[in-house]
Amino acid sequence: MIFVVSLLTLLMLSAAIAALIFKDLMSAVIASCMVSLIAAILFYFLQAPDVAMAEASIGAALVTAVFIIAIRRTKRYEE
Amino acid sequence: MDVFGVAITGVGIIFLFLGNFGVLRLPDVYNRIQAGTKCTTLGAFLTIVGVGIMEPAWLWKALLIALFVLVTNPISSHAIARASRKSGVSLCDRSVVDKTKDFEEFREKT
Amino acid sequence: MSQTIAVVFLAIMAIGIFLCLLRMLRGPTAPDRAVAVDTMTTTVVALLVLLGFVFKRYVYLDVALVYSLLAFVGLVAIARFLERGI
Repeated sequence: MIFVVSLLTLLMLSAAIAALIFKDLMSAVIASCMVSLIAAILFYFLQAPDVAMAEASIGAALVTAVFIIAIRRTKRYEE
Repeated sequence: MDVFGVAITGVGIIFLFLGNFGVLRLPDVYNRIQAGTKCTTLGAFLTIVGVGIMEPAWLWKALLIALFVLVTNPISSHAIARASRKSGVSLCDRSVVDKTKDFEEFREKT
Repeated sequence: MSQTIAVVFLAIMAIGIFLCLLRMLRGPTAPDRAVAVDTMTTTVVALLVLLGFVFKRYVYLDVALVYSLLAFVGLVAIARFLERGI
């Protein structure tokens, strides 16, 4: 069980670093969606299913939609 | 009954792992969509139903989750495939048939 | 007995999620990364149900239902943006 938790933590950290260094902002939004999805699994491992539900709803759906609306108003690629 | 559920769950896990491996290895967006939808849908369905067989009191809710995965997964994959086709991602150089391009040429001709 | 085998299955699924993350890091275009997140989502729903079986809690199955619904909504939003053009 500890192997699964440590592997998922490493995956979340590498996805967060990828969201920092991508030049395409749409790819950065997809990477941050992946970060919050893996964070929901880690809350589930800590036996807090209500926090996992809130994290999945806010991080995967709401923040992604808000960022997509913001990218549509501005430009997509970062110089 | 326990051995039966473990066997069904193991077959589902094998399908899930093959789907994830295909997403890493295949050369093109559309091939990756095919590997990541068909294998993964069957694998998730078999895994959830196997858990429902191992715990017989959970069977109806497990079947509800499996039905939900079975409905929503092809819809999202179809949306991503249509979006990548519209945004101009090209096929890989080893593919032999492109029905969408043939249809567009046919529509321009007539 | 079946609990131990379920923990081994959880490890195999975590390695599968690692393969999806490699595709998300390497993918040349944005739809590749969206496909990787889609595949990861379906794997994770199966992982949550199996983890509820390991913890022996009936209430934990609700999280899998909400998770699949919200990941579907997020992926459809990403696909609509990619379809409209830049």
